Amino acid sequence: MTIDLWYAAVGAVIVALSVFAFLTSKHLMKKLLAFNIMGSGVFLIMVGLPQHQHGVDPVPQALVLTGIVVAVSATALALVLLRRYVRAGGNPAP
Amino acid sequence: MIAFDILLGLGLILAASGVFLSTHLFRSVVLFVVFGLLLAITWTRLQAPDLALAEAAIGAGLTGVLFLDTLGTLRKAKQKRRSKKEPRP
Amino acid sequence: MNRTLRIAVAGTVALGTLYALLVAILWVPEIQVNLPQQVALNLEQSGIAHPITAVLLNFRSYDTLLEIAVLLVAVVTGLALRERDALTASTEQARDPMLHALTRRLLPLLLITSVYILWSGSYAPGGAFQAGALVAAAGVIARLAGYDIASRADVLLRLGLALGFILFLTVAVSAMLGGRPFLNYPEGWAGSLIFLIEAVLTFSIGLTLISLFVHAPGDSSPRGGADDD
Repeated sequence: MTIDLWYAAVGAVIVALSVFAFLTSKHLMKKLLAFNIMGSGVFLIMVGLPQHQHGVDPVPQALVLTGIVVAVSATALALVLLRRYVRAGGNPAP
Repeated sequence: MIAFDILLGLGLILAASGVFLSTHLFRSVVLFVVFGLLLAITWTRLQAPDLALAEAAIGAGLTGVLFLDTLGTLRKAKQKRRSKKEPRP
Repeated sequence: MNRTLRIAVAGTVALGTLYALLVAILWVPEIQVNLPQQVALNLEQSGIAHPITAVLLNFRSYDTLLEIAVLLVAVVTGLALRERDALTASTEQARDPMLHALTRRLLPLLLITSVYILWSGSYAPGGAFQAGALVAAAGVIARLAGYDIASRADVLLRLGLALGFILFLTVAVSAMLGGRPFLNYPEGWAGSLIFLIEAVLTFSIGLTLISLFVHAPGDSSPRGGADDD
C-alpha cells in the first residue's frame, strides 16, 4: 500500500462522513461545510488514485487546482444566497 | 515517515468529524480551517506543492473568512429578531 | 421518530457510498494511458517549463477557459443579489490604529508575493490561481480593515471581472483566424501568450473572489427592520 493509496482511502472515508453529515445536519451552513469537505475528499481520491499507479501525475493535480477555485466561488455564491435568505426573514436552521 | 502519514490521515478524518459533531457553529468553522491546513500538508505529502499553495490560501484562508463573516451576519440577524420579539408580550 | 428514520437512511447511504468508493479504490483496473509520461514528452512544445501550468493553460486549456466562465457566472449572480446599502453599512467601522498600520504594511507585501507566485508559475510551483487567491486575500484584509476599494468604481469593476474571460476567449478564437484549431497557440508564441493570459487571469480571479465577499448582503440595513412585519 503506497502513501497515495492511503490518502485516497482517507478521501473515501471523508466523502462518506460528509454524505452522512450533509443528510442529517439541519443548519444550512453546516450543510455547506459538509459539502465543502466532501469536495476535499473527492480531490484526495482524484489525486491519490492515479499517482498510486504512475507516480506524480500533473494532469489530475491541474484539474484539482481548477476544482479548488471553482469550489470556493460556489461556496461564496451559496453564502451570498444564504445571507439574502436570512435577510428576507428566513430561518437558517429549519 | 509512514507513521506520519497514518497520523495525518487520521487527523484529517478527526477534523472532518469534529466539524460535523460540534454543536457550536463557530467551533465547526474553526475546525474547518484546521481541516484545510491539514489538507495543505497532505498535498505536500502527495508531492503536489501547487495544490498545497492553493489550499493554504483558499481552502484554509478565504473560505474560512467567508464562513466566519457569514456567521457574524447570522448572529446579528438572530439578535435583531430576538430583540424585536421581546418588547411585545 | 422522524429523526431516527432520517439518521438511519443517512447512515445507510453513507455506508453504501463508503463501500462503493473503497471497492473502486482498492480494485481499480490498470490504467492503460501513462499520462505523466505523455505530459513529460510534450512539455517542450508547450512553452512552459512547469508541468502543471502547462496542463492548465496548454494541454487542457479548454477546462480553464470554462472554469473562468463559471467564475464569471458566479460573480454576476452574486452581484445581482447585492444590496445598495450593504456597501455603505460597514464602511464606518471603527478604524483601529493598530489594524490600520498593520494593513498598510501587509498589503504591499501580499501583492508582491502574488506577483512573484504568478511569475514563478512558468518554471516552479505557482501560477494564476494561487496568485489570484493571494490578491483576493489582500482585498479581503483591506475590506476587513475598513478600506473600500471594490465599490469605488463600478464600471471598472465589471470590466475587470470580465477581462480574464474576454482575453482568454480572444486568444482562443484568434487562433482560428490563422486556420488553426480553437485554443491552439501559434508556434513560438505559446510561452508569452500563456504568461499574458495568466497575468490577466490573476487579476480577474482575485477581483471575482473579492467582490463575492464584499458585495455579500450585509446585516444592518436602515429599512430592514420595517419591511418584514
